[in-house]
Amino acid sequence: MPTHYDSKRLVHVGAERVSNVASTDFPGHYPDEDNSWNLDKFKEVRKGFVSPTNKYLNQRLARVETSGVDASIANAFRRILIAEVPTMAIERVYVWDNTTVIVDEVLSHRLGLVPLNVDPALFLYKTHPDEQATDRNTLVFKIDITCSRNPHPPPLKPNEDPSPSDLYINHELLSKHMVWEPAGGQEQALRGLPHPGPTNPNIVLAKLRPGQSVVMELHAVKGVGKDHAKFSPVATASYRLLPHIQILKPIPPHLGEKFQKCFSPGVIKIDPDTGEVSVDEENVRKDSVSREVLRHPEFADSVKLGRVRDFFMFNIETESAYPPERLFPEALKVMREKISIIRQAAEALKAQLEGTTADVEMVEA
Amino acid sequence: MTNSKCRRVFPGIEVLSTLASSPLASLRFVHHDTMTEAIPKIKILQGATADLSAATYQIHDESHTIGNALRWMLMKNPKVEFCGYSVPHPSENVINVRIQMYDNLSSLDALINALGNLDNLSEAIEEAYVEDLRKETHETWTEEF
Repeated sequence: MPTHYDSKRLVHVGAERVSNVASTDFPGHYPDEDNSWNLDKFKEVRKGFVSPTNKYLNQRLARVETSGVDASIANAFRRILIAEVPTMAIERVYVWDNTTVIVDEVLSHRLGLVPLNVDPALFLYKTHPDEQATDRNTLVFKIDITCSRNPHPPPLKPNEDPSPSDLYINHELLSKHMVWEPAGGQEQALRGLPHPGPTNPNIVLAKLRPGQSVVMELHAVKGVGKDHAKFSPVATASYRLLPHIQILKPIPPHLGEKFQKCFSPGVIKIDPDTGEVSVDEENVRKDSVSREVLRHPEFADSVKLGRVRDFFMFNIETESAYPPERLFPEALKVMREKISIIRQAAEALKAQLEGTTADVEMVEA
Repeated sequence: MTNSKCRRVFPGIEVLSTLASSPLASLRFVHHDTMTEAIPKIKILQGATADLSAATYQIHDESHTIGNALRWMLMKNPKVEFCGYSVPHPSENVINVRIQMYDNLSSLDALINALGNLDNLSEAIEEAYVEDLRKETHETWTEEF
């Protein structure tokens, strides 16, 4: 039984153009419809569809589907995920010694980009870049490695070049060489949690040769992606709209296979007995909406392509301390904090205006 | 220098002695303090009517994230005649939200209302998400490294 969507909810995908893109669910748009904001109705609608549903989860990736909200809301969540959910990252590097071929500033920049496995909820923001570093706002790591010749290299194999890992000790500076220096109450506060360090221990940061060394102190702080992309908790956070395929008239059985091949694998079902062609309601998500089907004149009037305008399928891939399923609620939390700050300011403004009864005070634009 | 904030949140934790005494701790950014005067979060721009039935609000430190969502929620209000927002310039960290009301109603009330509705919406989505996650109906797969 195919899901029926009101045509007002569909974006039409034609052979050459996309139409009905803008949402029309505003009061006054349709004479017989209310469309004003109603929380109870929103919750009711939400139950009828799937909002938000976790479809898929692994250590890295969460797929979340949400319907019944406007693109402006879904986009706010996506933007917050990328730019405003906080993480910890290395912000200051104090270099005592760096005799590698990578210059200090380039190596420091690379260190900043290393994702750390520390939950930022346990730390405070530095309110000012110059604020005193404390155990509540700064994590300290040390790097101290020197490359040397391996005094006992394994015997050389014939016809093979010796590998640097056989010839030298510490020939690579890896992310795991960052050693956490607990300070103040950090050891106690972080007990039971993963040992602070990089999420991936094997990121190559510099290559060394005998006699070269790196000695550094690294200060990691809490920040957000809009300040610097290194603070972004996600590798990708994106959404796409649910594809919608409507078969208008039956596809003749001898064209079934050709029709099927116009879509992504699994999207079109063919009944093995009757040869009846239909859309798989679950797998329709996999369709790329390539519009290949519209290139064939024999299918031109038998199918209508579209996307459901208010059905968002999020792909959220974590690259931080957050498990993927925690990212969406974190974004919602940030959103609510932002709203609350503006609301307080708006209420204060209202109180101020009511207090002064005089004309509205205006600021030069 | 002691951080009073950190003591309040996490009592019993000492300020890092190693960092405070580190010779590098005295390194300072060249910092121009332009924030000496507190910037109001919201101000009303010139051109508003006296009863605020039509006004442009400038919200500091916000972007399309809140601007578009707020615009949508304001447009859901049948008493709002017009609502639009803009980011006047990419290097200015502000958005301008223009609201015009029917029946000479206050646009500030509509703004406060819309913010409340937006919060309810986020809360409803949050609840639904947590509830759905608890059901564990999703497909899981362990990635091999």
